[in-house]
Amino acid sequence: MNGLQLHKKLEENSALLIFGILFVSSIGGLVQILPSLFQESLSTPTANTRVYSPAELIGRDIYIREACSVCHSQQIRPLLAEVERYGPYSRAGEFVYDRPFLWGSKRTGPDLHRVGGKYSDIWHRVHLLNPRDVVPNSIMPAYPWLADRAANAGDDIQARMRALQRLGHPYDDAAIEAAPAALANMLEVDALIAYLQVLGTAYVPDDSDEHGAEH
Amino acid sequence: MMSSKEIPEDEYYHDSVVRFLVMCSLVWAVLGMAAGVYVAAELVWPDLGFNQPWLSYGRVRTLHTNGIIFGFGVSALMATAFYSVQRTCHVPLRLPRLAWFTAVAWQLGVLAGGISLLAGINAGKEYAELEWPFDIAITLLWIYFGIVFFATIANRRIKPIYVSNWFYGALIIVIAMLHVVNSLAMPATLFKSYSLYAGSQDAIVQWWYGHNAVGFLLTGGFLGMMYYFLPKHADRPIWSYRLSIVAFWAFTYSYIWAGPHHLHYSSIPDWVQNLAMVMSLILLAPSWATMVNGIMTVSGAWQKLRTDPALKFIVLSLAFYGLATFEGPMMAIKSVNVVSHFTDWTIGHVHSGALGWNALITFGTFYFLVPRLVGAELYSVRLANIHFWMALAGTMLYILAMWGAGVSQGLLWLSLDQIGELTFSFKDIMASMPPYYLLRLVAGLIFLSGAVLMTFNLMMTVKGRATVRIRPPAVSTSAVQS
Repeated sequence: MNGLQLHKKLEENSALLIFGILFVSSIGGLVQILPSLFQESLSTPTANTRVYSPAELIGRDIYIREACSVCHSQQIRPLLAEVERYGPYSRAGEFVYDRPFLWGSKRTGPDLHRVGGKYSDIWHRVHLLNPRDVVPNSIMPAYPWLADRAANAGDDIQARMRALQRLGHPYDDAAIEAAPAALANMLEVDALIAYLQVLGTAYVPDDSDEHGAEH
Repeated sequence: MMSSKEIPEDEYYHDSVVRFLVMCSLVWAVLGMAAGVYVAAELVWPDLGFNQPWLSYGRVRTLHTNGIIFGFGVSALMATAFYSVQRTCHVPLRLPRLAWFTAVAWQLGVLAGGISLLAGINAGKEYAELEWPFDIAITLLWIYFGIVFFATIANRRIKPIYVSNWFYGALIIVIAMLHVVNSLAMPATLFKSYSLYAGSQDAIVQWWYGHNAVGFLLTGGFLGMMYYFLPKHADRPIWSYRLSIVAFWAFTYSYIWAGPHHLHYSSIPDWVQNLAMVMSLILLAPSWATMVNGIMTVSGAWQKLRTDPALKFIVLSLAFYGLATFEGPMMAIKSVNVVSHFTDWTIGHVHSGALGWNALITFGTFYFLVPRLVGAELYSVRLANIHFWMALAGTMLYILAMWGAGVSQGLLWLSLDQIGELTFSFKDIMASMPPYYLLRLVAGLIFLSGAVLMTFNLMMTVKGRATVRIRPPAVSTSAVQS
């Protein structure tokens, strides 16, 4: 049989086998990823989406450090129940300054994409330091150490912003210059709250949201 | 041709590096599963973190997944790849010093990486949390792994490359590709970097990586293990060689497309989601073809199942492989995914694969392999049989608990009353979870205890014994050319 004879060549020549595996396994990725990387609608910010301020950026990096996305998603699906529970469904343009994306894959706790503005700063502070003070049944860990450390303890906010600048985020040099001053007297918990309060607030609902739950 | 009729006098298989990797894998298994049990307990008693950053849920769970995949899983795959590639090629490992270096450096890397995760150094991408210096180290060591493996194959005395080596080869090649592309990042400091991709594009790249790390490491790599150790152990040839060819290439081609099913109804293009759904369903065919090939290979050697705990583990693992590779495509259907996504059902699905398939086939393989490495009988067959039932009970209870939790979460979250208002608050639904989480904790404890028993059993088996020195069998020239 022809196919088997062809395959005999592959399994008797390790270089051909390596090439064959590489070729066959790369097709799917090329078809799905390459067009997405060049699709402008995925990298165009929505009208009000802006880069994170120094405090929000530090807060986001704390969110990553504590692996909050293991239990909290940041992605509201276009389903009626979900839009009712969390707000307008998520748009690609809201995430263009998110490196990495933090959509998560599990909701042990609720989705946080539109948590910004839903609770007061004081509520967040109490909740982060001991969640059971405000939500008795909560199984979220307490994060008391966030109130012990300065937000810019590593003194690396400028390095972080410059790295993002190199990736094309529109930070101007003056903003990077001023960043350490903006973080002075700020604790990690304040930075994290600044991040949580900005989440999902860039999107302004318009008339089309009346149909937001359709897909 | 590569064959020589005479095997040089001083030529032996390099099995001490295999033994080292097996022992490391056992240690990571116990540590990684213990971390899993700990985070399971934290979901029942959230104050178990004792207000310590390095004991908090997010960090320890990340340690759990990385310890299991890169410590337990990769060490086991490296060990069995090194062991089987020598036997299927009838030559000792090429570059044995590089093999040793890779094996030892990998363990140090997992150790340092684990500590970095507890310290909160986290790149934020699932199953790729280690920061950029570790990513570079992983890349180098993975290339060394590939050099040793393929150099051994290139040096083989048997002309055809046996099927287990295709799967191990795909593991090495595809994981290298996924890891490099997904880890590209702009460093800000020594321990902080930002992904080269942002938002939706990052999501597509990440799940191309995440799904296929499952595909080519946890599925393909362990299928390599199955294709060598199952026929060897059952003392039967592979049931259908032709099926193994078709299934291998279909698997390698179609798996890679399925990643975006982790992103159904999210902010990525619809066509990408739909394509991933269709390809996920197609994937069922090669997955089950391989399972059938494995099960049929044991057919005719069923009597061994009465007495041989190692074979029982391997056959049971194939059943769970079948379950997980059926459940996966079902969960990739968008209308099922609406319910299952973001719930504990996903966690259950992962564990029916990780416990039922990866861990069980590794346990079976180790029970078979370790006594042979030292030329002795297993220390206790009885303990191995007890372990078998603990592993089965632990896996089943775990899956049941997570099905219960996940399906109720999924349905309750979506539930609306007659006027279209949400029926339940998130808090109310969460408050109904503790029984499921407690059951999952018990399941994990049972499974972990079994792994501890095995580690003890195998340590006692090798204790005080040298690794047996085995020479490649002489191959007649006619056999080489046939």
